[in-house]
Amino acid sequence: MAEEAMFDFIHMEAVSYVFQGGEKISEDEAISKLEHMGFATGYRLVERLTRESGRYKDELDIMKYICKDLWVTVYKKQIDNLRTNHQGVYVLHDNRFRFLSHMAAGKQYLQYAPRYLAFTCGLVRGCLANLGVTCVVTAEVTQLPACKFQIQVQRG
Amino acid sequence: MSRQSMRANDPKKVSGELFTLTYGSLVAQLLKDYENVDDVNRQLERMGYNIGMRLIEDFLARANPAFKLYLGVSPSIGSWSPGGDEFSVVLETNPMAEFVELPDHCLGLRYSNIMAGVIRGACEMVQLEVMAWFIADQLKGDNVTEIRVKFVKRLEDAIPAGED
Repeated sequence: MAEEAMFDFIHMEAVSYVFQGGEKISEDEAISKLEHMGFATGYRLVERLTRESGRYKDELDIMKYICKDLWVTVYKKQIDNLRTNHQGVYVLHDNRFRFLSHMAAGKQYLQYAPRYLAFTCGLVRGCLANLGVTCVVTAEVTQLPACKFQIQVQRG
Repeated sequence: MSRQSMRANDPKKVSGELFTLTYGSLVAQLLKDYENVDDVNRQLERMGYNIGMRLIEDFLARANPAFKLYLGVSPSIGSWSPGGDEFSVVLETNPMAEFVELPDHCLGLRYSNIMAGVIRGACEMVQLEVMAWFIADQLKGDNVTEIRVKFVKRLEDAIPAGED
């Protein structure tokens, strides 16, 4: 579908902008900019998506929402596997992540993968923040196009 | 209690909103990075140009009106110049600016400038050099959003432009 293509394009441009546009900045700083854009997007998006749904029972219920509905809306598929230690750590496995599926599979471009995951880390963090869960989200890739996102809930 | 996972939300509408919101975050980041709104306008146009160059292939593969396809709106074309080399694309509603209000210090910002870039980039890939610029913007209080497109020349056997 075409609007999907627009989202892909705008994401690609955002990535290429923070990494080569404007003044020279460090890799970390660029990643953090993308993360911030993702956060702002996720925070607003989830507010519109959950407008008509009821309250979520607990944290796990929210995570299930992220893995199913949100992932389908944004990435056109569900998360393949959700794991938790029941102590505030959730790991989401995506075996074919949309933003990595355009890249050659395998390990050749592994070093560039974090650039295409930062926006999503922020997006998930933004969604969760708006649903009342404060957390840190990190991503890990060992073999393209699969990746996993780790959500660590901050309590207290 | 299990939640109904199918909601009344129209998935098509939602994915349009996803794009709108992502674009909004990007513009906000650009405004933070550049002090000058003119630089932001220029950067947006450049991004649009890059997108247009890729988008044209996707578009040609589908053969559907591009605006309808990518933004879900149908613009009207009009105000042809006497020479027939210049026209306007008029949008009654601009989906990209749906949630946007320009603050006072950003009045020089052409929020949707990426669209002008997309038009230029896409035309260049079919060997047409054009200029595209905004002449009316609903965000600035105009009734419609209007982009002027001017034909410059036909590109003959041009070497594909490098992505910049």
